[in-house]
Amino acid sequence: MSVLVYTESDQRRFKKTAFEVASYAKAVADQLGTTVTAITINADDTSELETYGVSKVLKVSNTSLDAFSAKIYASIIKQAADKEGSKVVVVSSSVNSKYLAPLLSINLNAGYATNVLEAPLSTAPFVVKRTAFTNKAYEMFQINTDVKLLGVSKNSFGLKENKTSATTEDFSPSIPDSGVHVESVDKASNKVTIADAEIVVSAGRGLKGPENWGMIEELADVLGAATACSKPVSDLGWRPHGEHVGQTGKPVASNLYIAVGISGAIQHLAGINASKVKVVINTDPEAPFFKAADYGVVGDAFVVVPQLIEKLKAFKAQQ
Amino acid sequence: MKILVCISHVPDTTSKINFTDDNTKFDTNGVQYVINPNDEFGLTRAMWFKEKQGAEVTVVNVGGAETEPTLRKALAIGADAAIRVNVAATDGFSVAKQLAKVVQDGGYDLIIAGRESIDYNGGMVPGMIAGLTNSSFVNNCISLEVDGTSAKVVREIDGGKETVSTTLPLIVGGQKGIVQEADLRIPNMRGIMMARQKPLTVLEPISIEPETASVKFEKPVPKGAVKLVSPDNLDELINLLHNEAKVI
Repeated sequence: MSVLVYTESDQRRFKKTAFEVASYAKAVADQLGTTVTAITINADDTSELETYGVSKVLKVSNTSLDAFSAKIYASIIKQAADKEGSKVVVVSSSVNSKYLAPLLSINLNAGYATNVLEAPLSTAPFVVKRTAFTNKAYEMFQINTDVKLLGVSKNSFGLKENKTSATTEDFSPSIPDSGVHVESVDKASNKVTIADAEIVVSAGRGLKGPENWGMIEELADVLGAATACSKPVSDLGWRPHGEHVGQTGKPVASNLYIAVGISGAIQHLAGINASKVKVVINTDPEAPFFKAADYGVVGDAFVVVPQLIEKLKAFKAQQ
Repeated sequence: MKILVCISHVPDTTSKINFTDDNTKFDTNGVQYVINPNDEFGLTRAMWFKEKQGAEVTVVNVGGAETEPTLRKALAIGADAAIRVNVAATDGFSVAKQLAKVVQDGGYDLIIAGRESIDYNGGMVPGMIAGLTNSSFVNNCISLEVDGTSAKVVREIDGGKETVSTTLPLIVGGQKGIVQEADLRIPNMRGIMMARQKPLTVLEPISIEPETASVKFEKPVPKGAVKLVSPDNLDELINLLHNEAKVI
């Protein structure tokens, strides 16, 4: 009956979202009067899960699972849920979790809520609060099936420490045929990704050309941030498509989002609205972004950004 | 190759989002509807397969008669035929079940659906169709090539991309990248005229018990005014981000 959480790892280490979904699962388990079991696939050290309220770890170790397969991973989580008799299964909102979850939902006959923000509002009936209309509304969403599948929005519930001691069990599920074979993975290993970043520095057409991105990268470097861009910038080919954030690009849910020379079209704002704190730097005080931002600087990016870099370096040196 | 493109009928991005009936229903008053952007990228890729590889392209939507203009637009862009499953789209699972039936009855080789709709943002329909029909599935597709019964797909992942090979029948969750923004087509007069002659089949739904339901909506609390910092006083910005917002 325990709540099952899929704690995702990358290169055998947990991602921060794993601890966030574990924290979330613990809150659900407390409401239901049960405990949390985590399912891990090829994660080496699982001890840190104890910090976030996990009482049992089902540990799958199998090198054939190093390449992600949505179908196989969904099958493994389904087998773990069956074994535990779980009525609630929790996953993250990472690209891979959102890929496997609909398959898992069908496997489990479980109603699936995505983009969940908070612990359930009630458990009978089972109602959660999620975002809809690309962050322009919240939806109270009821799940009527016996088993429930919840996809937790990134950076919404946060990390909640809840020290427990966990038992670990090696788990050897049956592995179905994937049907989809990974040929190659192209991933910069030394860069902070938009998905994982606490801070995102984003720039738009106000920068006038791709040759001017040096200062954006430097600003991101100083802050340990990921770089991103607006849609016109990726359409013009100034920056790679993977950096495009907004409604048709990547969603952003960072702690801090700094927009440089981005006017703030509604499609852009929709994609970045889940960020907690927004800063805009723009020459045009009428730019719509100023209505969506927490802090703003009306000024020329070519003057403001280099100064900001220097001041941040001094600030970081003091810390 | 028979392609099915799933089309969601969604409010245009610039629509005002309001609710009626004690905040239990989306207020459609004055709302302009469009083809869901993620679906439109997929439809455009399907047009490429039609022109280069002789594919036959059908578009499908689950919804009432009010969604037909959106299907007609897809026909005007170049789809050969349209299907409307005549039932209001309630939850993602019900929509996926209706679509899985259409997929199985129609014997489609390739099914393209957007990675998510921009209204309810469920992001589950393509994967659920795959689960229900036991077909191969690749989500977040940013490049798609088909050769006979083999497909090569590039998928966007956190921080990069992954190239996979698979076989038809295949379901993909499409997004920008499967074609570029510049490739999107605006229907021309000839396309609009021809669309009127193309078949739009209305199918009666199968009976399904929805798994989930919308109970109520809320709008976010309007945020306070922006705090402006002078460009000559960036120390103050750093101070605010550090001491007030606590994000650096």
